[in-house]
Amino acid sequence: MATTTGVPSPPAAGPGEGGSLPRKRPLGAEMLFRGTTTAAGTMVLVIIVAIAVFLIWQAVPALTDNDANFLTEENWYANDNPPRFGIAATAFGTVLTAVIALLLAVPVALGIALCLSHYAPKRVATPLGFIIDLLAAVPSVVFGLWGRDYFFEPVQGLSRFLHENLGWLPIFGSEGPYGKSVLLGSIVLAIMILPIVTSLSREVFMQTPAQNEEAALALGATKWEMIRTAVLPFGRPGIIASVMLGLGRALGETIALALTLGGVYKVSFDLIGPGGTSIAANIATRFGEANEVGRSALIASGLVLFAITLVVNMIARAIVYRRREFVGGSA
Amino acid sequence: MAKRIEAHGVTAFYSSFKAIDSINMTIEPKSVTALIGPSGCGKSTFLRSINRMHEVLPGARNEGKLLIDGQNVYDNDVDVTAVRRMIGMVFQRPNPFPTMSIYDNVISGLRLNGVRKKSTLDDAVEKALRGANLWNEVKDRLPRPGAGLSGGQQQRLCIARAIAVEPQVLLMDEPCSALDPISTLKIEDLISELKNRFTIVIVTHNMQQAARVSDRTGFFSIDQTGDPGRLIEYDDTSKIFTNPSEKKTEDYITGRFG
Repeated sequence: MATTTGVPSPPAAGPGEGGSLPRKRPLGAEMLFRGTTTAAGTMVLVIIVAIAVFLIWQAVPALTDNDANFLTEENWYANDNPPRFGIAATAFGTVLTAVIALLLAVPVALGIALCLSHYAPKRVATPLGFIIDLLAAVPSVVFGLWGRDYFFEPVQGLSRFLHENLGWLPIFGSEGPYGKSVLLGSIVLAIMILPIVTSLSREVFMQTPAQNEEAALALGATKWEMIRTAVLPFGRPGIIASVMLGLGRALGETIALALTLGGVYKVSFDLIGPGGTSIAANIATRFGEANEVGRSALIASGLVLFAITLVVNMIARAIVYRRREFVGGSA
Repeated sequence: MAKRIEAHGVTAFYSSFKAIDSINMTIEPKSVTALIGPSGCGKSTFLRSINRMHEVLPGARNEGKLLIDGQNVYDNDVDVTAVRRMIGMVFQRPNPFPTMSIYDNVISGLRLNGVRKKSTLDDAVEKALRGANLWNEVKDRLPRPGAGLSGGQQQRLCIARAIAVEPQVLLMDEPCSALDPISTLKIEDLISELKNRFTIVIVTHNMQQAARVSDRTGFFSIDQTGDPGRLIEYDDTSKIFTNPSEKKTEDYITGRFG
């Protein structure tokens, strides 16, 4: 590039020097990155749609053959001719065990999380936090086996106790025999989702801006009042998200429930009697022995599970979204 | 009822590091006292030592005596929450509770005191927001989030939150450092009004501000990094800014140091 002044000129001719501005590069790194991320984003939609299409396509044969009403039938005789099956009992069992597991796990999980984030001294909280994360990574079959072997008898005793003292409540009405039951399954499930809920909500609680905590303390809040004023409201969306993740895990849990539920196909709120089943456990225990129609029927139940989790997630989103303008950090 | 603050040998530590050493100071009721000095000289630490917010940080502790109307707030059997309810605080950055509405932010202190009656709360909100010169700007949007206001409005919201519980003392830790000049002027006007009701202590880096708003000024400094901060000079603001007794003070306010 020729210059008359001897000053080194910029590599591309600048405006006003007679040269033109650099052209847009259609194949630059910018466009490549944009394309990659867009493709990755689109992938999510493609996968979701593909799963839904596969489930519906595979489920249709069994649903058309079905001799019973798929939505209201409790029993599962999908291998019979004509097949009679419905998701009433399994779907009910899925939601029931998951909800009880949440009721048991969430208060404890939030308690542990708050203890680790705001009460325990740092040298205790850090290793405990690691252990919690480790626990979250334990495979569910291990929980299932452990729950079946170590919780079976304690839960039998607990069931007897509940029946004797609270037997007038229909949920504790069963006279036994006690063993594999909704209660046992829910307890194991609760322990399973405890670490994930704890781990996520601890993370959220620790992100509470120090300035908000100090604002509460300076107003004369006690520690618990500070947590109620600053930490919990700030963590609300995070708590909901972690609970929903736990719920998602509970709804889809297979082996642990297959090992601890009674496998009785009945819509019942009886928690302590022999009984309980879930969609995922039903699929796991029956898939091997299923014939062609049976398999298609199980896929139909999978479609229902897919729909339930979708609805649950949408509700969670709606709850978080409703308060969106209140969740942003302050200036 | 504004109260007198007396510091006798107030010393503050962060773990083993001594941040301020033996501060002695008497702050008269219904006056504005400005604390000035270079960064890291311990003026904010001293301010936070007045309402025992210093000890909130892990490893932080205080020594000495701090008397509010003759009562030592460092006494072991003193309820620290009662101390903090008596002494309101405004922080450097506006920190309204992000999840709360303007209304809820103002009454958050009253809620902590157990006030539940709607009419009492409504009156307190109006009084506090009027006191903070914010009422006219927000009266039509009290249910809106406090975090949606401008920075200056947020800081006045925080002042309203602090004065809603009718404290005796109001501590302000560089309340205008995150604000633009117009918002700063509004807060300074507000300080002059609040002086009639509260004892005010304000930490500021802005010497014009100290000169404008305060009756008395305390100059803090450190000899070198790592040394504890000391109160070098404490006198009427007019004296400090026109005829300081200490060479160090003069160097600082004339811009030769710090």
